Amino acid sequence: MKNIRSILGKELKSYFIAPIAYIVIAIFLLVTGWFFFSTFFLYNQASLRNFFGLLPLIFSFVIPAVTMRLFSEELHVGSYEVLMTMPVTYGEVIIGKFLAAVSFVAIMLLPTLSYAITVSLLGSLDLGPIIGGYIGALFLGALFSAIGLLASTLTRNQIIAFIIGTSICFALTLIDKMLFFLPASLLGVLENIGADFHFQNIAKGIIDSRDILYFASSSVVALYGANLVLQGKK
Amino acid sequence: MIKVENLTKYYGELCAVNDIGFQIHKGEILGLLGPNGAGKTTFMRMLTCYLNPSAGTIQVKDFNILDHPLAIKKMMGYLPENAPLYPDMIVYDYLRYVADIRGLDPKTKQARIDQLAATCSIREVMHQPIGELSKGYKQRVGLAQAMMGDPEILVLDEPTSGLDPNQIIEIREIIKKIGKEKTIILSTHILSEAEATCDRVVIIHKGKIVADSRIEELKQSLGKGSVIALAFRHAEFPALRGVLSQVAGVAAVEPGESADGILAVNVICNSGEDIRGPIYAAIKEQDWLLLEFSQQLRSLENVFRELTKEK
Repeated sequence: MKNIRSILGKELKSYFIAPIAYIVIAIFLLVTGWFFFSTFFLYNQASLRNFFGLLPLIFSFVIPAVTMRLFSEELHVGSYEVLMTMPVTYGEVIIGKFLAAVSFVAIMLLPTLSYAITVSLLGSLDLGPIIGGYIGALFLGALFSAIGLLASTLTRNQIIAFIIGTSICFALTLIDKMLFFLPASLLGVLENIGADFHFQNIAKGIIDSRDILYFASSSVVALYGANLVLQGKK
Repeated sequence: MIKVENLTKYYGELCAVNDIGFQIHKGEILGLLGPNGAGKTTFMRMLTCYLNPSAGTIQVKDFNILDHPLAIKKMMGYLPENAPLYPDMIVYDYLRYVADIRGLDPKTKQARIDQLAATCSIREVMHQPIGELSKGYKQRVGLAQAMMGDPEILVLDEPTSGLDPNQIIEIREIIKKIGKEKTIILSTHILSEAEATCDRVVIIHKGKIVADSRIEELKQSLGKGSVIALAFRHAEFPALRGVLSQVAGVAAVEPGESADGILAVNVICNSGEDIRGPIYAAIKEQDWLLLEFSQQLRSLENVFRELTKEK
C-alpha cells in the first residue's frame, strides 16, 4: 500500500512538472466549454446534459494523451529497469500509475464544476443527473485510464501508445451508435459493450449496479492485461 | 552468498547466457568482463530479478530469484548502464521517492539522503533536474539510488562507461570505499578498471564463462607466455636458437625484426617463473654483443583478447 502511495504521488507530481498536464487540462476545458456553451442557450434548459453527452468522445482523445507516457516513457528512457529492480510488485506499479491517472482525470474535471455552478445561477438545476454525471465521468475516466495504461505497456513509443489507446476508447464510445445495421438479437449484447451506453445511464442520475459492474470489470480486465504484458517482458 | 547454477537465457533463438555457474562470496568485489554482447547485462538483469532465466537458477542467501524476488530486491541495489533515471525530476525528489520505495523510516530518511549526497558528492546538484546533469553526476545519482536501502549487494553495470578520466577515478574511489562493507558485482570491458577495483574477475564471452580467477592469480598467470626480446650483433640465428632452447622454461625462440646486422629474437617463455637470469647466463658464455634485453609481459588486454577472440 505504501509503495502504491509513493508511485501515485510521484506520477501525479510528474504530470504537473511537465507542461503537458497544463496543456491537456487547458485543451479539455476549452473544448468542453466551447461545445457546451455554444449550444446551451439554444436548448433553454438548466442542465449539463450536453456536457456529459460529449464527455466520452472528448475523453477518448484526452485520457490516452494523459496515460500514454505512464509506461512508454519509462520503457524508452530505461527507468523501468530501475523501477522494477526495486522492491515493488507489478501490481503495485500498475495500480499506483492507474490511480495517478484517475486522480489526474478528477483534477481535470474539477474546474468543470464551475459549469454546474453557472447553470444553477441561470435556472433550477436537477442535482441527480449532475452527481450521476460526475460519478459516471469518474468511472469512464477510470476505464479509459486503464485502457490507456494498457496501451502504454505495449510500446516504448508514446505516439503509438496514444493512437492505440485512442482507437480502443473511441471504438468503445461509438460502438453502440453503429449497431443500427445489425440484427436486433445482437443489438442487446453489443450495446452492453459500449462505454457510452453505460455512462449515459449513470449520467441520467440512475446508479445501476450493471453499469458500475461494467466499468469496474472492464477496468480490471485492462489492468490485468497490462500486468500480463509487463510480466511477458521478463 | 550468491550461487549461480546452470543459468541460461534465450531471447528468441539467441542464447545470451549459456549454462553458466559460479559463486560470489560475501564482501567480494567481482568484475564481470566481456566484450559487448557477451551476456554481462543479461546476467545482471537476471540477478536483480528484472528478467527470468530460461533455465537454471540464482540463489541469493536462502532465496531463489524465481520464488522470492521481493526478498532479493530488498537486498540489492542496482545501477543499470548509463543510469537511466527520470529526467524531469529533481535529484532530491528522486532520492526521496527511492527512499520511500525502499521503505526507509521517515525519521532517518533525510539523514540517509544527506549521507549519500556526501558519499557520492552530489550535494551541489540536489535541486537540479536530473535531465540537466552531466553524465558523471547522473552516474553518481544512480549510485546514490542504488545504495539508498543500504543493500548488502550492489550490482553496477558499466559504472564508468562514458565518463572522463577524472570522473572515472572518482567513481572508482566511491566503489572501493563501498566495497569495504558490501558485496559488489560490476561489469566492465575496461580491464584496467577491473584491475583497479575488483578482487576477482569472471570473463564472459558469447554467454559462456571463459575465465574465473582472482586478480592476483590472473596477474601471476600473465608470466606464462611472456616474451623476452633480445637483440645481438655478431650472432647467427641457428646458433642462438640452439643455445637459448637449452634454457629451462623456454618454449620457443622466434626471429624478430632484424636489420643492419642486428639480429633480433623473441624468446617465448612457457612457465610463470622469471627466466631472465638463466637466459643471461647462457648468453654470457657466447661471443655475442648483446644490444637489447627486455621482458614484455602479456597485458591484461592481450589475455582478454585471446580469451574472447572469434574462433
